[in-house]
Amino acid sequence: MKTKISISNLDFYYGKAQALHDITLEIPERQIIAFIGPSGCGKSTFIRTLNRMNDTIPGARVEGEVIIDGQNIYGPGIDVVALRRKVGMVFQKSNPFPKSIFDNVAYGIKINGIHSSKADLQQRVEKALRDAALWDEVKDRMNTSAFGLSGGQQQRLCIARALAVEPEVVLMDEPASALDPIATQKIEELVVELKRDYTIVIVTHNMQQAARVSDRTAFFMLGKLVEFNPTQKMFQNPDEKLTEDYITGRFG
Amino acid sequence: MAEAITKFGQRRRITNALMTSLTAICALFATVVLILIISYIAVRGISSLSVEFLVETPKPVGEGGGIGNAIAGSAMMTLLAAVIGLPVGIAAGVYLAEYGRNWFGNTVRFVADTLIGIPSIIIGIFVYTLVVLPMGRQSGLAGGLALAIIMLPIVARTTEEMIKLVPNSMREGALALGAPQWRVSWNIVLPAAASGIATGAMLAIARVTGETAPLLFTALNSRFYNFYYDQPMSSLTVQIFNYATGPFEVEHAMAWAATLILVGMILVINILVRFLTRKRY
Repeated sequence: MKTKISISNLDFYYGKAQALHDITLEIPERQIIAFIGPSGCGKSTFIRTLNRMNDTIPGARVEGEVIIDGQNIYGPGIDVVALRRKVGMVFQKSNPFPKSIFDNVAYGIKINGIHSSKADLQQRVEKALRDAALWDEVKDRMNTSAFGLSGGQQQRLCIARALAVEPEVVLMDEPASALDPIATQKIEELVVELKRDYTIVIVTHNMQQAARVSDRTAFFMLGKLVEFNPTQKMFQNPDEKLTEDYITGRFG
Repeated sequence: MAEAITKFGQRRRITNALMTSLTAICALFATVVLILIISYIAVRGISSLSVEFLVETPKPVGEGGGIGNAIAGSAMMTLLAAVIGLPVGIAAGVYLAEYGRNWFGNTVRFVADTLIGIPSIIIGIFVYTLVVLPMGRQSGLAGGLALAIIMLPIVARTTEEMIKLVPNSMREGALALGAPQWRVSWNIVLPAAASGIATGAMLAIARVTGETAPLLFTALNSRFYNFYYDQPMSSLTVQIFNYATGPFEVEHAMAWAATLILVGMILVINILVRFLTRKRY
């Protein structure tokens, strides 16, 4: 299986506080990788190092390598803007822009100049919304405010927005944590569906969710990678005692 | 036990009612003062109001005359001030909020705050030395510049505050799509803060529309219609000042009428901006 992202000896600091310790991990192409672990264990920090979202935080510092398709994204001459187009992200709290539904999805296409014509733009917006399983619910109200959508719909809109720029990797930081079970199920089905075209990294607090959707699972604790294994093995026969204790709920 | 609960509840209800009425009275007081001022101005000014008063230029006492040139001058100088002050002020505010977390930003912020506190007459003297003296005469240009300088720090600081209210998650959402920082500021953050920025701009415009002191030095006054920025220009506030300090009762009545127009103009600006910036999304 081809490796998409290869992380080696990654350390991360917020000022003087070290948030990630010596993470080494390989993410294969077109698979779903779940990151689990207790709150504050560094999984969100880690996922944000993969598209250099942490660059915007004052005092943040990275050591080590993150190699995507053979290129170290922290190396010299890397264009962060191009990187983020290739590695898209969906956030924990849905964050639609104060624009219409159409303009939300069209925004990324427009700024990156992906479309060839107005008709092409419309097709791309429709495709992204279909891929995010939202098209049927919004096709008659494309020009209304994105804030009029329900929480689950807003989150799928944000997924559509991320897919519209045709990334290769999609990072999802607890995309369903604020949603009800039905909306969560829709997002999960969607994630599995997206595996055909994208490499997906998903942070989740929900153990069942990790078990249901992912191919591989990484367990983090206190900024360290405790275990990284195929999901089935992880949940049935983990290598580490710590992983087993966490998965079975023996500590919080 | 039940009795104790009732007693306690009663005391709480009384305190609650007392505090609510107290705040309501204060709110009412603030509104009443405004209504009193406006209605007093309306009562004193309405009798001298006529179409001629709105379009004619000042005439010798007893021959009528009006404030047409003053309205035009005020509008022209406020327009010039807005054309200079708003874009520069808003851009400065965007810089302060989005990129200004350094020594330069802190310095600009401090200077802006100081500038807000400087009495407007000093701005008038400043523009007088800088523009009026080299030009050799007072002008609408100098008046508009003085007003722009007064607007600038107000607009910059309110813009900064409004932009800081835009949630960071929105910026991150756009950055994650591969948007460069300047595009995020320009077409996500700025529109999200637009109604707040417009309110700040409106307040700044309203503030300079009511300025008199800086115009005395810079635009002076004119008894005629003047549409050239390089000539002395009349303004409502200076005209009110002239009428109000005149010895004749007719002049005082005209001052009241001009005041009514000025307050009306500010009111219209307020309503207009409210209407234009009502939430669409």
